[in-house]
Amino acid sequence: MRDLVNRFGGVNALPVILMIIALPLVGSFPTWVTLTVAGLAMGMMIFLMASGLSLVFGLMDVLNFGHSAFISFGAFIAATVLAALAAWVSADSFVLNLAAIFSAIAAAALFGLLAGWFFEQVIIKPVYRDHLRQILITMGALIVAEQLILMIWGGNPVAVPRPQILSGSLIIGDVSIEIYRIFAFLLGLAVYIALYVTLKRTRIGLLIRAGVENREMVEALGFKVDRLFVAVFMTGSALAAMGGAMWAGYQGLISPALGGEIMILVFIVVIIGGLGSIEGSLLGALLVGLLGNYVAFIFPKLSLASNMVLMMAILLWRPWGLRPAVKP
Amino acid sequence: MSGAILRLDDVHTDIAQYHILHGVSLDIPEGGVHVLLGRNGAGKTTTLRTIMGLWRARKGAIVFRHHDISALHASDIARLGIAYVPENMGIFGGLTVEENLRLASATGRFDKDRLDRIFDLFPAIEQFWDKAAWALSGGQKQMLAISRAIIEPRQLILIDEPTKGLAPAIIGNMIATFREIGRETTILLVEQNFLFAKSLGRGVSVVDDGRIVHNGAMADLAADEKLQGELLSLSMELQ
Repeated sequence: MRDLVNRFGGVNALPVILMIIALPLVGSFPTWVTLTVAGLAMGMMIFLMASGLSLVFGLMDVLNFGHSAFISFGAFIAATVLAALAAWVSADSFVLNLAAIFSAIAAAALFGLLAGWFFEQVIIKPVYRDHLRQILITMGALIVAEQLILMIWGGNPVAVPRPQILSGSLIIGDVSIEIYRIFAFLLGLAVYIALYVTLKRTRIGLLIRAGVENREMVEALGFKVDRLFVAVFMTGSALAAMGGAMWAGYQGLISPALGGEIMILVFIVVIIGGLGSIEGSLLGALLVGLLGNYVAFIFPKLSLASNMVLMMAILLWRPWGLRPAVKP
Repeated sequence: MSGAILRLDDVHTDIAQYHILHGVSLDIPEGGVHVLLGRNGAGKTTTLRTIMGLWRARKGAIVFRHHDISALHASDIARLGIAYVPENMGIFGGLTVEENLRLASATGRFDKDRLDRIFDLFPAIEQFWDKAAWALSGGQKQMLAISRAIIEPRQLILIDEPTKGLAPAIIGNMIATFREIGRETTILLVEQNFLFAKSLGRGVSVVDDGRIVHNGAMADLAADEKLQGELLSLSMELQ
């Protein structure tokens, strides 16, 4: 019973509490369901983008402002792959439609892996343990990446074709739910479960969790954390690119500024979730996604400020975030 | 000393702009407990961390079983069979007791006999096996830190002030435990508690201002109150 309360109670219940509070404020049950699913889907996509950044910060104390470049590149690569697979995207075939979207996501993730390795080796490695230089050099790398996107895809917004099977909505009674949002939620959930199992049930996961807490002690036990960090950085970059790919499909139209815009939400999620924590990132992302959607409907004028207010409130309540990897 | 498992020869260590170790030279004989005594800030912890590769020696040699380890990474030093129990214990609070021990085991699996011995030495480890380590008391955390050091066969264990902040009853148990561990492994123990140190140490070195100012048998130091007075109330004027 106590384990059950620990797992689903306390701060973990915040998204559910938020949903319950929002129901009477929204007023209409079908609208509430639509907003809730949209919030959960948005939260899962932000989670994909934020989880890697949180682990990288927690494990190596590296501030990577260039993280949004992986999001942007992931989005544009996915858009390009989907455009190239136009016949599969528009085909009246479940298999070809899914093959198209998963090819786009896989291409983005593969790019994230390779670019992540290059970025860590060339940009991050020389500035370990130097926050000021980390900020400067990763900001610089971000500018270069944005210019590369402009050079390759141009400055005009790029349309992202959505596979036939993921277009349209599911109508249940009065409730209408966009199919793509369900897909985004399920994919995000699958990634979370995979990350959770890796972190909690494998030796490499044990090393990562220990490294987030006390890197030096992990080294004193005989492990090279630097090598582990490269793997985590590559995985985090791949997840960011994957999140960017999903976000591109969600938005339908993307511009080179996409990464920078979404990065504000990603930082909010990492901060309120607690550094280095996958559970914290998920919790923060769901809260940000749900609150953003509810407030945009109930109090449209407050929608821009809502997540900042959420961050301030949570930091006043729990300065280390909701589920920090290291107990304060 | 021919039977030395570890030899430090004129080791200098800097931390940022501060020169902390001013040429530490020290022989640690194989087997038993060798104690490193000294006042606060004398360089005891820096000596241990330099041996472990957590701080790099700027000059000098650290020879472990005839191999110079002064340029090795901490992880490589650990793999040679040297374990380190830091002053803050270095427990991973978010991990369970079992996970803390599993991490310290080279293969990720436990040797049953060794684990049973740990349970005999520290019953609390078995009792809190699946509990998060942050929930343990200070004494239990120290037990876990020491268990982690002996979960694998080690050749040398570096232990930094294990009695700090612990209740006298727990310290009493720890003396018996260290005697037991010291039968099969060499221990280099940093301590400020002289009563604890003299009940365990075979050899003793005293460090002050980043230099070794005394080396000898613990029995001799324990029997010589005048020398204790000189060494254990060291001041800069004595240098």
